[in-house]
Amino acid sequence: MTFYDEYEKYIGLNLEEFFKEVRDEDVLRVLSKENLTRTDYLTLLSEKAEKYLEIMAQKSRDITTRHFGRVIFLYTPLYLSNYCENQCAYCSFSTINRMPRKKLALEEVEAEAEMISQTGLKHILILTGESRYHTSIEYIKKCVGVLKKYFTSISIEIYALDENEYLELINAGVDGLTIYQEVYNKQIYDEVHITGPKKDYKYRLEASERACRMGIRSLGIGSLLGLDDWRSEGFALGLHADYLQNTYPEVELSVSLPRIRPHVGSYSPKYDISDKNLVQMMLAIRLFLPRVGITISTRESSSFRDNLIGLGVTKMSGGSTTEVGGHSSSEHGEGQFDISDKRSVSEMAEMIYKKGYQPVFKDWWLD
Amino acid sequence: MSDEFKIGGKVLQSRLFVGSGKYSNNRLIPEIIKSSKSEVITVALRRVDFMDEKENMLNFIPKECVLMPNTSGARNAEEAVRIARLARETGCGNWVKIEVISDNKYLMPDNMETIKATEILAKEGFFVFPYMNPDLMDAKRLRDAGACAVMPLGAPIGTNKGLKTKELVKILIDEISLPIIVDAGIGKPSEAAEAMELGAAAVLVNTAIASAENPILMAEAFGLAVKAGRKAFLAGTGAIKEFAEASSPLTGFLN
Repeated sequence: MTFYDEYEKYIGLNLEEFFKEVRDEDVLRVLSKENLTRTDYLTLLSEKAEKYLEIMAQKSRDITTRHFGRVIFLYTPLYLSNYCENQCAYCSFSTINRMPRKKLALEEVEAEAEMISQTGLKHILILTGESRYHTSIEYIKKCVGVLKKYFTSISIEIYALDENEYLELINAGVDGLTIYQEVYNKQIYDEVHITGPKKDYKYRLEASERACRMGIRSLGIGSLLGLDDWRSEGFALGLHADYLQNTYPEVELSVSLPRIRPHVGSYSPKYDISDKNLVQMMLAIRLFLPRVGITISTRESSSFRDNLIGLGVTKMSGGSTTEVGGHSSSEHGEGQFDISDKRSVSEMAEMIYKKGYQPVFKDWWLD
Repeated sequence: MSDEFKIGGKVLQSRLFVGSGKYSNNRLIPEIIKSSKSEVITVALRRVDFMDEKENMLNFIPKECVLMPNTSGARNAEEAVRIARLARETGCGNWVKIEVISDNKYLMPDNMETIKATEILAKEGFFVFPYMNPDLMDAKRLRDAGACAVMPLGAPIGTNKGLKTKELVKILIDEISLPIIVDAGIGKPSEAAEAMELGAAAVLVNTAIASAENPILMAEAFGLAVKAGRKAFLAGTGAIKEFAEASSPLTGFLN
């Protein structure tokens, strides 16, 4: 059994009907509890709960401070390649978009690593488009070999792999995996993933579990907000996180709440998710899953990100670029999506200190 | 009267150990040490950045303070052992707090893996301080494995819930000849005092200080509470009586 089977049980559930029935006293009852059930979590995603955002925020801050302390973990993405075999409606790297394609040579990976390590960061997230041909496991392993000299924690955000491939990368020095389902709604998933290997919903959904079984240390999951109604996606994401936490308690889990950003191509989000909605979702997740990390990326504006500190967020990226070679090259091409918060790592650190929090550059080291 | 705490080759005046990981700024560390009068600080090796001249946590720890690196992040004995060795290689001394957690939901320590790591590291000459779930049999195993103290949790880490494991900790105090150091869960100075009154050798506090509105003042409060609790223990608290004893109406005729 995997989360795929678990999630099937919820597919027929009429969320709108449930939300309609939620009364004020239901929200208040949930807010007075310490351990929330899945139904309690759903209650906090209701329209009714929006009224209680301030109480939720205060609870969330309290829980986050106790479990994580007054700290924010920092990391930055490093794009190795933008070759892709998929056609995904929401992404610049899609095969139908005519954009220059590039893959970093190992010397270029080293140049990027040197640039990034000057910021003091010890955690790196490496990304590729989805191309086994251009960015094979062998290639990624070689890149990890280079990066190990500069960073104490290496996470990957690449195409979904088989178990033995995850094991190969873990043995090569990878300790974290980020893999978003993008959208849990199966029908929408099929619509936006037009062609390519990513079209296989189940293989994608079960990827995180394959990595967990092979001993990955940390795992980040997420739903790309705007592809479907945020309440149902938020519920699915919470269920997924809850399932993973219960099934693989040894894994450090975090969830990400990316909202769709402008990109090359013509797709515009079908569903709106306001700042208020995003905050409600984040707070509901914190109250439901007190020890799960929450990541807010540079897709969000700097002022919005600043305001989220203290509400429940635990991880942020800084000095981000979604371009291949974007850290060390002065030539600028097309990225995967537009970045809203363009601040450097040191500017991020300064802001975090100003907010009364400590930026953490290093949080894992084994060898 | 003199009440020194001799442990791990050191002689301590204070029985409060503090943490280092949850503060808003590393510059708070020396202030916390000063106001609490603590002489032992635990540091997660995973967080120490030896390359960072400005923010290397170790640079903020006063020289006279005893460093107790911990193996936070270890999921099994093997990882704990590797982290402990790394700590020693990087000059963090030969004290180590073993923290093995394979459950990120409640962050409960894994006693079995902790015992394994303790055995290996004690043989390698470390002073091993294992963080554990207060189970008597496991505490005995830790003692036999060569631990120099046992550190049972008062409540799940980061909860500030207080000495919820009181009855179990009491048994460890009575039955284990090693110092019992209550670690994790202590939320208020009164709870630290309570642990000390029971006969705990020391208390380790991190979250309760770091999450206070004024961590420096809270650190001082904990320092005083631990001292008060210790003195109360040494003084021998009087027996608690259910009834007032004005006379003996039932047995008076026997006198």
